[in-house]
Amino acid sequence: MLAFTLRRVLQAIGVMLAVGVIAFAMFRFAGDPVNQMVSIDTSAAQRAEIRHSLGLDDPVLVQFGRYFINALQFKFGVSYQFRLPVSSLLAERMPATLELAIVATILAMVAGILMGVYSALRRDTILARLFQAISLIGISLPTFLIGILLIYLFAVTLGWLPSFGRGEVVKLGWWSTGLLTVSGWKAIIMPAITLGLFQMTLIMRLVRAEMLEVLRTDYIRFARARGLTTRAIHFGHALKNTLVPVITVAGLQFGSVIAFSIITETVFQWPGMGLLFVQAVQNVDIPIMAAYLLMVSLIFVTINLVVDILYTVVDPRLRSTVGRAA
Amino acid sequence: MTQPVLSVRNLEVEFVTRRATLRAVNGVSFDIAKGEVLGVVGESGAGKSVTGLAVIGLIDPPGRISAGEIELSGSRIDHLPPEEIRRVRGKRIGMIFQDPLTSLNPLYRIGDQIVETIRTHTNLSESAARRRAIDLLAEVGIPAPEKRIDGYPHEFSGGMRQRVVIALAICAEPELIIADEPTTALDVSVQAQIIALIKRLGRDHGTAVMLVTHDMGVIAETCDRVAVMYSGRIAEIGPVQEVVRNPLHPYAKGLMGAIPTLAGEDKRLVQIPGSMPRLSAIPPGCPFNPRCAFAFDRCRVERPEPIRQGTQSVACHLFEPAKETAA
Amino acid sequence: MSDAVVPHRPQDHQPAAGWFKRALDSDIFYSFRRSRLTMVAAAITLLFFLLAIFASWLAVQNPFDPAQLQLINSRIAPLWTADGQSPFLLGTDEQGRDVLSAILFGLRISLAVGLAGVIFAGALGIALGLVAGYFGGAVDSVIMRIADVQLTFPAILIALLVNGVAKSLLGNRLDEMNTLGVLIVAIGLSFWVQYARTVRGSVMVEKNKDYVAAAQLIGLPAPKILLRHVLPNTMGPILVIATINLALAIITEATLSFLGAGMPDTMPSLGTLIRIGNNYLFAGEWWIVAFPGIALAGLILSINLLGDWLRDALNPKLR
Repeated sequence: MLAFTLRRVLQAIGVMLAVGVIAFAMFRFAGDPVNQMVSIDTSAAQRAEIRHSLGLDDPVLVQFGRYFINALQFKFGVSYQFRLPVSSLLAERMPATLELAIVATILAMVAGILMGVYSALRRDTILARLFQAISLIGISLPTFLIGILLIYLFAVTLGWLPSFGRGEVVKLGWWSTGLLTVSGWKAIIMPAITLGLFQMTLIMRLVRAEMLEVLRTDYIRFARARGLTTRAIHFGHALKNTLVPVITVAGLQFGSVIAFSIITETVFQWPGMGLLFVQAVQNVDIPIMAAYLLMVSLIFVTINLVVDILYTVVDPRLRSTVGRAA
Repeated sequence: MTQPVLSVRNLEVEFVTRRATLRAVNGVSFDIAKGEVLGVVGESGAGKSVTGLAVIGLIDPPGRISAGEIELSGSRIDHLPPEEIRRVRGKRIGMIFQDPLTSLNPLYRIGDQIVETIRTHTNLSESAARRRAIDLLAEVGIPAPEKRIDGYPHEFSGGMRQRVVIALAICAEPELIIADEPTTALDVSVQAQIIALIKRLGRDHGTAVMLVTHDMGVIAETCDRVAVMYSGRIAEIGPVQEVVRNPLHPYAKGLMGAIPTLAGEDKRLVQIPGSMPRLSAIPPGCPFNPRCAFAFDRCRVERPEPIRQGTQSVACHLFEPAKETAA
Repeated sequence: MSDAVVPHRPQDHQPAAGWFKRALDSDIFYSFRRSRLTMVAAAITLLFFLLAIFASWLAVQNPFDPAQLQLINSRIAPLWTADGQSPFLLGTDEQGRDVLSAILFGLRISLAVGLAGVIFAGALGIALGLVAGYFGGAVDSVIMRIADVQLTFPAILIALLVNGVAKSLLGNRLDEMNTLGVLIVAIGLSFWVQYARTVRGSVMVEKNKDYVAAAQLIGLPAPKILLRHVLPNTMGPILVIATINLALAIITEATLSFLGAGMPDTMPSLGTLIRIGNNYLFAGEWWIVAFPGIALAGLILSINLLGDWLRDALNPKLR
């Protein structure tokens, strides 16, 4: 178990290093920081001086080492647009993104599992067909169109919900939360649905497919031959076996939810990291792009690691093979 | 004569596909008495397993029982509502499938699976059911059952898992056990043990056993009677010594000729030419006629019905006394 | 009762007249004809392709040509409303651009970028999959490691990054045509993994089969054998992936354009049109965003339906 965990941690560090190289390459080569910082009439001598003061004339390896050490301390340089440290910009925006992603994920899991189980067990009912139709729309409508549609319906036409922003936020230390105010909850409804719909679709389809697959297995046939009740077979044996891979995927998907929030945040002007990133792409603000890549990768890798380790706890087969390997 | 535990009459099972309706079992009749082991033998696709599944009510759409009757201790079970046939399964009929590796749910401890089954069919408390589960595991020959009961299926070997599966099949003291190729997936060395176990359990509890297999050796060793199936029909049925020693049906003859014996070492093993027809292309008349050395005109047009010949029963025109003398 | 086979319909026992008749009798075509929804989806997809191909003949103006746009004609509502004006069937936007014409030309760009992106991704993925599967060892681990890592990142993030980097590198040289190229590369780099995995898996399986050894014994080079046998075997799955990825690629392009990182206003794709129209939603000019949105949704939905059907038809087990 320990050896397995250790191996996974090493792999995670390897991935982060690779992403770090990409981020550094972007930071160093894609955007020449000097050009971004000076005006046209800055003399070549002055440029060279700035270059030297920033350490840009050092060997590339030294620069990478410096970037790496800084990144470990969450120092990602200064944003070209805002002239502020990237790390403080990200820290300020992070709570908004995480709250949105968590609410959306919970929404997607609950609805997705319920709908998936139902449509696997009652395959030919009207409701199951309706769920299938919803799932098809969920993967076919681009996120931003769903957002626009919701805004048009509930903000422009009906005026029930705000069309942008987070509503009132409360400060809890450095963390700002919108989940303690009514306006905050009102504001998060549409973005969370928009962001969660795709995940919900995915989870529903996965639950349905896994469940149908499990229902065909020998042990379910044998459970039926043992005369177990339909309820025990469906919600005991089949569901438990279905949920193992589903929870893994849903967990892994949390990372993509954060990345997908780029779109949702743009549509709803949600003041999170994603909106910051989009503005950075539009304005070629490389330090923010590189830092965002690193942050999102860190979240991804951490989640992958946690899910991998949790998976072995859930599935006894893996637990013992892992135990034997250790 | 006492009432048989299982009585199957003219059973037909159909599978509806888009091109045709395939009849996997076509007019099968047999009885199994209390404590008797009936072997059902035949090539794959002959309808052995489907017959077993039909008895326990596990034919899923697009398959269905299209005709015939199945009686368990005198009461019909073939058209029971789902909830009632469920109560029969596991309680009155136990089933053992081919592959013990996939028959057990990998995420549940084996003890939980046994306790769950016991409690579905009896009023035993959790702890009483657990004690019974330990007894069952001991009975099927699992060493240190009070320790192994908390193990997961993957912690058991194939043979041990099949023992667990057997414990699950007998945990409610069923009247009938259907064993569908219970040894096919096991090592040869383990096969004999499992067969001996099934035979012993049947004897000790007076359980009727329907043993589906394609292994004539297993049949000869274990069964009281044997039914030879071909293309969804019973070609011949009778006491195992008679059928092995003196098979009547040309197909059964061929099948018995294919068993190697110690006595006949110099004889060549007989091979039946050709292969069993697919379900979608069963010839009219006797399904065996294209491969039969004795086939005559009537075999190609008229389906033979079972005819008594002493203790045996054979579906072959060769044994129809009146018409044969007339011809 | 003597016959176990009860046919539903009379079977004609004549030898099949060529591949066409066989195709009509195949399971795939059967499932196609049985699903009315799939037939409708196929028809709509075809219609969209035709509209895109013949956009120049169908449109009342060339929306990319500023000389044809007149500000007097700006913000006209669709024809059937009280304020509608001929020939602007679906109304006009704030620059006096006919919405229908813009959709037709936008469709052309969306489809072109999507198709080119899918082809690029497919070529890259198949090539890398063949290399990884054939050589195995270190080459294989490097390629598949990259694939694993990339697969955990959503395509849109990768596409945005590629786009941002390209923008930074190209700077002012980024005209409409270059943007088109950048988008195709961004999409291609985002979607190659699935092809590579499929092809690699197939190569690994085939590589160890006896016929490869046999063919090698008679002197045929292994790469040739693999190309001849593996690629045809994987065509089914690849077709499914490509169809579903076409929808994804179109969504990705639209999303990039919507986020302002894709096609510029001067040469709008459907996503760009939606971004422009979104600004006028609150002013009540819904048609500027609604019709491009419907076109995009309809296009993706019908391609997805086709992809779903194709997947089920080629792999009945998943149903």
